[in-house]
Amino acid sequence: MNNDTLIPKIGVVTDIRQDTPDVKTFRVIAPEGGKVFEHMPGQCAMLSIPGVGEAMFSITSSPTNKEFMEFSIKKCGCLTEWLHAMEVGQQITIRGPYGNAFPVEGDLKGKDLLFIAGGIGLAPLRSVINYVRDNRANYGDVQVIYGSRSKDDLVDYKEIIEEWMADPNIRVDLTIDNPQEGWDGHVGFVPNYVKELAPSTSKTVLVCGPPIMIKFTLAGLKELGFTETQVYTTMELRMKCGVGKCGRCNIGNKYVCKDGPVFRFDQLGELPDEY
Amino acid sequence: MLKISKSKLNELFDAVSAKQTLYIPADREAGAAEYRKYEKGMELTSELNTVRSAKDFFFPQTENLADFKIEGKTIEVKDVREECEDFVVFGVRACDARSFTILDKVFLCEPVDSFYKNRRDHGTVVTMACTRPSETCFCQTFGIDPTVPEGDAACFDDGENIFFKANNEKGQKFIDSVASLLEEGDTSKLDEVQAKTKAIMEKLPLAKLSTENFGGDKLNEYFSSDKWAELSQACLGCGTCTFVCPTCQCYDIKDFNTGHGIKRFRCWDSCMYSDFTKMAHGNPRLTQLERFRQRFMHKLVYFPANNDGEFGCVGCGRCLSKCPISMNIVKVMKALEVK
Repeated sequence: MNNDTLIPKIGVVTDIRQDTPDVKTFRVIAPEGGKVFEHMPGQCAMLSIPGVGEAMFSITSSPTNKEFMEFSIKKCGCLTEWLHAMEVGQQITIRGPYGNAFPVEGDLKGKDLLFIAGGIGLAPLRSVINYVRDNRANYGDVQVIYGSRSKDDLVDYKEIIEEWMADPNIRVDLTIDNPQEGWDGHVGFVPNYVKELAPSTSKTVLVCGPPIMIKFTLAGLKELGFTETQVYTTMELRMKCGVGKCGRCNIGNKYVCKDGPVFRFDQLGELPDEY
Repeated sequence: MLKISKSKLNELFDAVSAKQTLYIPADREAGAAEYRKYEKGMELTSELNTVRSAKDFFFPQTENLADFKIEGKTIEVKDVREECEDFVVFGVRACDARSFTILDKVFLCEPVDSFYKNRRDHGTVVTMACTRPSETCFCQTFGIDPTVPEGDAACFDDGENIFFKANNEKGQKFIDSVASLLEEGDTSKLDEVQAKTKAIMEKLPLAKLSTENFGGDKLNEYFSSDKWAELSQACLGCGTCTFVCPTCQCYDIKDFNTGHGIKRFRCWDSCMYSDFTKMAHGNPRLTQLERFRQRFMHKLVYFPANNDGEFGCVGCGRCLSKCPISMNIVKVMKALEVK
């Protein structure tokens, strides 16, 4: 009998990084070494601890990383509590990759890119940002606007400071919601910061974060003169199968697991407002 | 056309069941009909159709997807799939036969669901033409002719004889396997029976129900309709409609710790349930209105949008007779319809 996508493979957790008080980043490889499967930026994987549950997570590492995959996971429910309790060496199950991807080899090629992320929303965009950094010649200007509740809640802060901010080829603008000791950067919500920075409307935008942040960011971008066809986001709904059959992650006739998770706002606009 | 006298039907059942498992619609002790594994002497039900649909044969209510053994930090995944044995389902009605082609569109599109395909490959569906459709029947709304059912092979009842017709190779193989019990018969009475059935169909209360105003392009007309509030108001969210529905295919995946390992199951689920779309950070379908709307939008708009206009309903009428508050797709279609 052929392989079935519902039967998962084994992944070994080889590194666990505490990125924020409630976000850990897990490094996963196949038991025989190397990645369990290849993916494109924006795609997701079903991770499970058998007996506890299975859920969909975005793959935060770039496909240009040939050694391992990474998942940045916020502790917010039963399965994620268990994942956070894992130790290095622990095995989990993994299946995928699922969904479409950001069109890094399509519409995004040659474009000036603006990444806007809030909180854990950086996780899916980090895959694209690092993919773009590793294929830098294929893209125009790159700017990242990233904000979180506090300095401690900026996911993967070390990589941002040591690699992204040190990279002369990309611009990074950070913000936190409230003033904090030891923070001399910008203070304020992401949507307002975007409006303050007033990026050029020639840019193609990739935005991900809490629903309320996405909503206000999109409104702000429109005020600046951006159109919906320039702005991509990635969606999250409850999923079980990952292949458009279990019937729960649909928005209208589109399944987020299969037809998404990446949508352009003009595409989302044609779907019912039920997400 | 080849036929067997109805008095000899059990000989045919005996012959089939000697070679492979045979299921027929038969009466339970309580009276209602259900598909049962044939045992010698078991009679075909006199009911028009079974309470549960026939989808269980290919998409069972629960099934084991995989087993896991956990030792310390290591996990072993056990593929529990086995090649299914050949089986025959006899007496499937035209509505339920069509439901299989609808389920095929979901489970056999890429990536193919191997659990479903395994059963589909090994099951032979022998349908039975209807002669006395009931007042809850509306299969004709969806272009189904209950007097000429689909399936691998079809049977036709002229009152005294059952005639057999193959619809494909698998059906021909079935007929060949029982050919020694069949004889060539005169179909003139069969034509009369079919004409009578068609006359009954024309007079059925739902005969005029049309899908004309539904389809994949009707999203905006119906999603924001103000009718949903009233239609869904009394819905209990019990999920009965989805469980008896031959085309409802939503499922859940859940793990069970047996004490000796973990078993992962796939189980029927229902979009009518409040936790169906519930996530740690919220629920996009907060009230029964959204859940109720999802079920009917799926069958009448989303499914046809994704499947060349085919609707996700076969008009079997089970939801009409089983909903505890007497709400159903017919009422929804009539209330919603924008002409």
